[in-house]
Amino acid sequence: MTLFIILAVLTVVSSLLVIFQRNVVHSAVALVAALFFIAVLFLTLDAPMIGILQVLVYAGAIMVLFLFVIMLLNPAALEPRQIPWWTLGSAAALLLVFLLMPALLNTVAPRQAAPAGPGFGSPELLGQTLFGSFVLPFEIASVLLLVAIIGAVVLAKKES
Amino acid sequence: MAPLNYYLVLSAVIFAIGVAGVIVRRNVIVILMSVELMLNAVNLTFLAFARSFGSMDGQVIVFFVMTVAAAEAVVGLAIIIALFRHRRSLDPREMQLLKW
Repeated sequence: MTLFIILAVLTVVSSLLVIFQRNVVHSAVALVAALFFIAVLFLTLDAPMIGILQVLVYAGAIMVLFLFVIMLLNPAALEPRQIPWWTLGSAAALLLVFLLMPALLNTVAPRQAAPAGPGFGSPELLGQTLFGSFVLPFEIASVLLLVAIIGAVVLAKKES
Repeated sequence: MAPLNYYLVLSAVIFAIGVAGVIVRRNVIVILMSVELMLNAVNLTFLAFARSFGSMDGQVIVFFVMTVAAAEAVVGLAIIIALFRHRRSLDPREMQLLKW
């Protein structure tokens, strides 16, 4: 419980830093921290495999790609703060949280989960589920990744 | 493990921060990063429910969400590079060719 509260505070603070930093690189580093804390939260939910994948894929691959693009484009100036948009954005976010709150506090799911079964969240069980009932979505995901690779190459290629 | 509701409220807060980021920021790269933040909030919800119901299906869906997020980031950044080459700017207000 104490661990959850510490992680929750750290995650929210680093998420807020992502949108409050005016420098893009600082935003990206704050996002890496947020993703890492979310990965530790995954570990507390008995999902070690997903937590490791989160660090590898997000912090390791996607964020490096982001930083690479930031360095490549080298955006010049710090962006100016526009008060009307900040007011609107904060109001929208607060409204969203307050509208979601009653639904989140009265879920039909069991509040206190039973102890996890043996091997819950292990790579073994994850793989069995993935290649059992989810084998068709898995194949479609591989096609999606192929499309993304080709699309990225075509989009970023210099026009001849 | 903390009760399920705590995880749901935390993920709603992170999602709302992502929404605010998309609205307030004036840099397409940061907007894309806010979208990643929202996807992660949803992943947290999926895992909390998976743990609560003792089912592996939620974890497999998180796996797919991460796949789609990776594809989305790659294609999004490629579009940003192509846009920057034409307009020399990352400001979404200047990308209004289709705006009425």
